[in-house]
Amino acid sequence: MSKFKLITDGLVKNNPTFVLLLGMCPTLATTTSAINGMSMGLATLFVLVLSNMAISAIAPVVPDKVHIPVYIVVIATFVTLLQLLMQAYTPAMYETLGLFIPLIVVNCIVLGRAEAFANKHSVLESACDGLGVGVGFTCSLTVLGLVREILGSGSAFGYNFIGGHDGMLAFVMAPGAFLCLGYLMVLFNKFLKKS
Amino acid sequence: MAVKSNLTNMVLVLGVTCLVCSALLGGAYALTKDPIDKAAAAKTEKAIAQVLPHFTEVQYNQEGRYYTATDGDAVVGYAIESSTVGFGGTLTLMVGVTPDGVVYNTSVLSQSETPGLGAKCNTDVKFMDQWRGFDPSVKVLSVKKDGGDVDAITASTITSRAYTLAVANALDTFNAISHE
Repeated sequence: MSKFKLITDGLVKNNPTFVLLLGMCPTLATTTSAINGMSMGLATLFVLVLSNMAISAIAPVVPDKVHIPVYIVVIATFVTLLQLLMQAYTPAMYETLGLFIPLIVVNCIVLGRAEAFANKHSVLESACDGLGVGVGFTCSLTVLGLVREILGSGSAFGYNFIGGHDGMLAFVMAPGAFLCLGYLMVLFNKFLKKS
Repeated sequence: MAVKSNLTNMVLVLGVTCLVCSALLGGAYALTKDPIDKAAAAKTEKAIAQVLPHFTEVQYNQEGRYYTATDGDAVVGYAIESSTVGFGGTLTLMVGVTPDGVVYNTSVLSQSETPGLGAKCNTDVKFMDQWRGFDPSVKVLSVKKDGGDVDAITASTITSRAYTLAVANALDTFNAISHE
């Protein structure tokens, strides 16, 4: 399989949000605005690429019976690393995402890719896979965040275009997250089937 | 899956993994400790500067969680940290009080209110501006719904009440300080 195909697969055919339906908790919770969704996506992308690479590198020497604990330790290390770095250099972003940064550890996308892909493939292939799935996740979250922000707050990427009025607040809250996600999923799969 | 799952292998692999990972994190912690402390200090400093008139020096009182700001010998005001429970969790404010007991300004240190509703306590200009020069001896410190003089944020009465209570607590702290 070519490296390029690995990346585009993660973007479209294996899109974590709209096709695999993985990582729903951060997807629904952090997409209150396009910027928040994108930050969460990028944070996951960072962990995904690094943990995929590290796991594919150590997989041959990890005994079967302890492979899950070893993978979780590796993933948790990268997440904590990310948390410290964000806290130090992007405190504002760290505050918005708050609790959801440590929760990347239990994001099924990360462990899912490690189990389903990284432990059977080379480091480079795993990096490509992580990049593809991570970018796919980032795009989905940004789109979902953008739709919710436009409907819910009347702004896009923080730029308000309805002059300080309130939007449809339901879309900023949990019910709107489910509604938007459902409709976006329908659209995504319709176009996927056609092509 | 080349390595056999016997006790020695499992202990060895898991042990080495944990050792390497904790070493890595220890290093990262040491490297990021300074920037993290600096970011936190910068945030507090910014909040104090926002809620008090011009000052040259601040002194922190750990026990009462307040900062005394002075310009030369004169006390310019007190920046008081105050936490209450809002709608989505703890709401922490920095409240600036001048020596005559009037609120100079307030600023949100941390909040976890509903985005688009209660979280507006940090962005809603109309709500935030009413705290500038709020004089508790003239105005009643509770939201309008409860018969006070504070304009609540639309559809966020609980957050507005919590915010008001936090300011009230800060004023209590101020009274305790000024009676010393």
